Amino acid sequence: MHELSIAESILDAVRKEIALHPGAVPLRVGVRIGSMAAIDEEALTFCFEVVVHGTEWETLKLETKVIPARRICNSCGNTFIIEDYNSVCPACGSEDTRADGGDELDLEYLEVETDEAPVP
Amino acid sequence: MKRLSLESKVLNENQRVADSLRQRFRENGVLCLNLISSPGSGKTALLEQTLAHLDPTTRVAVLTGDIQTDNDARRLARFGFPVKQITTGGTCHLDGRMIERHLEDWSLADLDLLFIENVGNLVCPSSYDLGEASKIVLLSVTEGEDKPLKYPSIFFKSDLFILMKVDLLPYVPFSAELVEENARRVHPGMEVVRASAVAPGGLDQWLVWLRSRIAAAKGSQAFAAAGR
Repeated sequence: MHELSIAESILDAVRKEIALHPGAVPLRVGVRIGSMAAIDEEALTFCFEVVVHGTEWETLKLETKVIPARRICNSCGNTFIIEDYNSVCPACGSEDTRADGGDELDLEYLEVETDEAPVP
Repeated sequence: MKRLSLESKVLNENQRVADSLRQRFRENGVLCLNLISSPGSGKTALLEQTLAHLDPTTRVAVLTGDIQTDNDARRLARFGFPVKQITTGGTCHLDGRMIERHLEDWSLADLDLLFIENVGNLVCPSSYDLGEASKIVLLSVTEGEDKPLKYPSIFFKSDLFILMKVDLLPYVPFSAELVEENARRVHPGMEVVRASAVAPGGLDQWLVWLRSRIAAAKGSQAFAAAGR
């Protein structure tokens, strides 16, 4: 159960980013989670709510997106999503493939409300 | 409303520490291995027997993590090598800062091999890079053959799978072939060795793997020094 530490790290990152944008109010933070990252999406969302509860960040919502594990074929260069742990290239049938991500745990975006006038 | 692009790792602070540790290990020719398993799979027993059987010229040290107690450090210190206990006080994994802090009064130049025995847990430790050259996952034959499928992340991220307690295979309904097949479904081509901390010769495959990796770490240090 390390989702609580992860949730705290996400909030730390938001704090640092917001410090660069005075006056901005954070609304949503987007995180990409690889299917091999050993992170439970629901547990992370719950922990994030706990971490922001009763703080100035209470209205900040976490948005998560799970990224499937992929492999690249060393024979034909095809990139494919792994289904049911089948690592054989669906394009050419080669078994010579390598992992391409899948363990991502990345901050993607932060949506903020700003008091800047909209650009006409 | 405005969308700011962040594009960084959530654990970027841990990653920064881990990258710096990895560079220090490489510069000093230290092979760092991060051992991960459920509680009771045999990490400490494997380390005890490894320390007892390693060539005496290999300079080895151990950092061992647990939520509470220094029992493991006391078990391992009997072999005369430097050992330090990292007591996390509740945290389910080790992180880069804990490693950095506990290495402060050791000289990496005086080491060939550093074992990190992670907190017993098949999930959380897999998210934290400790600067190791390789993660190693252990699973014992008294657990289930489907563990690689239930906990794919750690099998996906580990370079070696050590199947422990193989001396018990005649007594338990467990297929070593099936667990290896499951590990390779998650991590195609994964290296697997079978080990026993109690049977004679039970560490032979593991020690072959370990010696070749120690030699490779020394080789890459010499190569890096020559290129400077």
